[in-house]
Amino acid sequence: MAEKTYLQAISDGLRQEMRRDKRVFVIGEDVGVYGGAFKVTLGFQEEFGPWRVLDAPLAETAIVGGATGAAIMGMRPVAEMQFADFISCAWDQLITVAAKQRYRAGTPVPIVIRLPSGGRFSGGPFHSQNPESSFAHIPGLKIVCPATPEDAKGLIVSAIEDPNPVLFFEHKHLYRRIKGEVPDDRYSTPIGKARLHREGEDVSLITWGAMVYTATEAAKQLEEQDASVEIVDLRSIMPWDREAVLESVRKTSKVLVLHEDNRTGGFGAEIAATIAEEAFEHLDAPVKRLAAPDTPVPFSPPLEKAFIPQVENVVSALRELVEY
Amino acid sequence: MAIAREAEPVGSLSEVKEAGLDREDLLQIYRNMLITRGIEERGHILYKQGKIPGSFYTGRGNEAASVGIATAMGSDDVGTPLHRDMGVHITRGVEPWRIFAQYMGRADGPTKGKDGNVHMADAKLGLIAMVSHLPAMLPVAVGCALAFRIREEKRVALAWFGEGASARGDTHEGMNFAGVRRLPVVFICDNNQWAYSTPTHLEYACEHLADRAQAYGFEGVVVDGTDTLAVYREAKRAIEKARAGGGPTLIECMTLRMEGHAVHDDAFYVPKELFEEWAKRDPIERFRTWLRDNATMTDEEEDEITTSVKRLLNEAIARAEESPLPDPSTVLDGVYATPEDLDTPHHK
Repeated sequence: MAEKTYLQAISDGLRQEMRRDKRVFVIGEDVGVYGGAFKVTLGFQEEFGPWRVLDAPLAETAIVGGATGAAIMGMRPVAEMQFADFISCAWDQLITVAAKQRYRAGTPVPIVIRLPSGGRFSGGPFHSQNPESSFAHIPGLKIVCPATPEDAKGLIVSAIEDPNPVLFFEHKHLYRRIKGEVPDDRYSTPIGKARLHREGEDVSLITWGAMVYTATEAAKQLEEQDASVEIVDLRSIMPWDREAVLESVRKTSKVLVLHEDNRTGGFGAEIAATIAEEAFEHLDAPVKRLAAPDTPVPFSPPLEKAFIPQVENVVSALRELVEY
Repeated sequence: MAIAREAEPVGSLSEVKEAGLDREDLLQIYRNMLITRGIEERGHILYKQGKIPGSFYTGRGNEAASVGIATAMGSDDVGTPLHRDMGVHITRGVEPWRIFAQYMGRADGPTKGKDGNVHMADAKLGLIAMVSHLPAMLPVAVGCALAFRIREEKRVALAWFGEGASARGDTHEGMNFAGVRRLPVVFICDNNQWAYSTPTHLEYACEHLADRAQAYGFEGVVVDGTDTLAVYREAKRAIEKARAGGGPTLIECMTLRMEGHAVHDDAFYVPKELFEEWAKRDPIERFRTWLRDNATMTDEEEDEITTSVKRLLNEAIARAEESPLPDPSTVLDGVYATPEDLDTPHHK
């Protein structure tokens, strides 16, 4: 057990899998000599060689399509999109081929696509998105969004083991800011199981990824005002842990769903609808959603701050629920 | 100005033997071409009888190319044939009754009714099921070749596409990556001159699509797609070159799509003279004549092949019609793979 950053945890998990399983290889733009734009694969090419850590041409379709073909031939590719935003260039490969191949042709496609996502660094519209909800609508994909270093390592291991295409959204804001104890040994964290991040009695807050920390700050502020907030970190949104959410809602009777992706058609809507269908009689207030507005991610700091849900926004949303 | 090499036609039996085919192989190629056309002709009738839901596509005119290429593949090689390449499925050994079951959306089709027409493949035979977004299969085949290269296996992947698909980015990305890494992949362009109703002069501006190969750092070859032996020879050469570490080849097989894009399309936009000209080069008739002139195919042999193919197709349709429609409850099955699913021939 040692303290690791979120980024080190991903890197450690990936390296461990590559050491124990020759089928695992890394492909992406600048992942080799340069070690990846964020240095997740730093030193990998020296250890595993140029044919297991492949610098690809700047071609996301070739990367995801190539990973798909290699996976069908028995490999376990881990492809990196330099930024999650660039997955749009490989949409067809992912949605048309990888996601549907098992259902229609019986062929499993065990690939992992690593997607550095999220804003707060003035990355603008093309380097800051959290597009996970769009992919949650596609049957056949799994979608993982870890918030802690421990989960980041355990979930990258599960993602590689999984026989399906797994989108691994790693939040860039957490890469070097978030540290935590990470077991040295190999372990896997199940995909589809939520984590109770914080126990509380008065309001449930359902979220994932970097918003877990925004939620935590807000919960601390409410605690000072004698309201306790329970935070459920979903960890994956496809599949998602409906039972953990419903259990928390039945306990607190009030719920806020929070995410960094855009509001309309965001995955929060699915969660809110499920709560309305399954736990309506337990609710003491309308289900509340807080998400980024329906705009592209803006560049300039005050605009970006207005776009990404902030602690004060979460505090007022929670307070409204407490006072309802 | 053409850059690609234009392949010579194949002449004598001795030349064919040099390319690795004995007389038995030649008769098998002829049989496979007849089965290929027969399946599509009989499928067309089933469609008109209302027994095939959706639409219906054939590869009439492409039998020589698809059978010729598949005959050149090694048993451990893999490929991504498309909807004009029924001959690949037949040559690799897919049982015709399962194809009819697939057409009719039955439970015994390779996709168990989950997908239709030629969107199917038998993984045990080294084939990967196509998608409608045709050039999407090129990067996938390149990925198969990448796996072979990483594991240092002497296997080759074949990627099929049409001249229509050549316009899309996947084709470029796949070929570029394959060229950069010298991967063991052979690209087969079925150039049937029409992308639905769009003629080649509205699809690309180079003389031959195979000319593009040079820009990706490998060889391009144009071959008469109605000459199954020339196609075979070029495919064999390219496959063995890839197997030996010589990198990719692009083979462009020139044919004419002898029917509409699909059964609903009467191809009114194709000049009648063009159909007449290419009808004279019918790939099956052409090969039949060659076999009689060069390989002494006798009347008895020809009758035996024709009769046995007819019997095979009759039995296949009868068996497919006995296959049940899928149980509606299976609609939810198989969206996600389980770890046991990885116990496939490819994941060994």
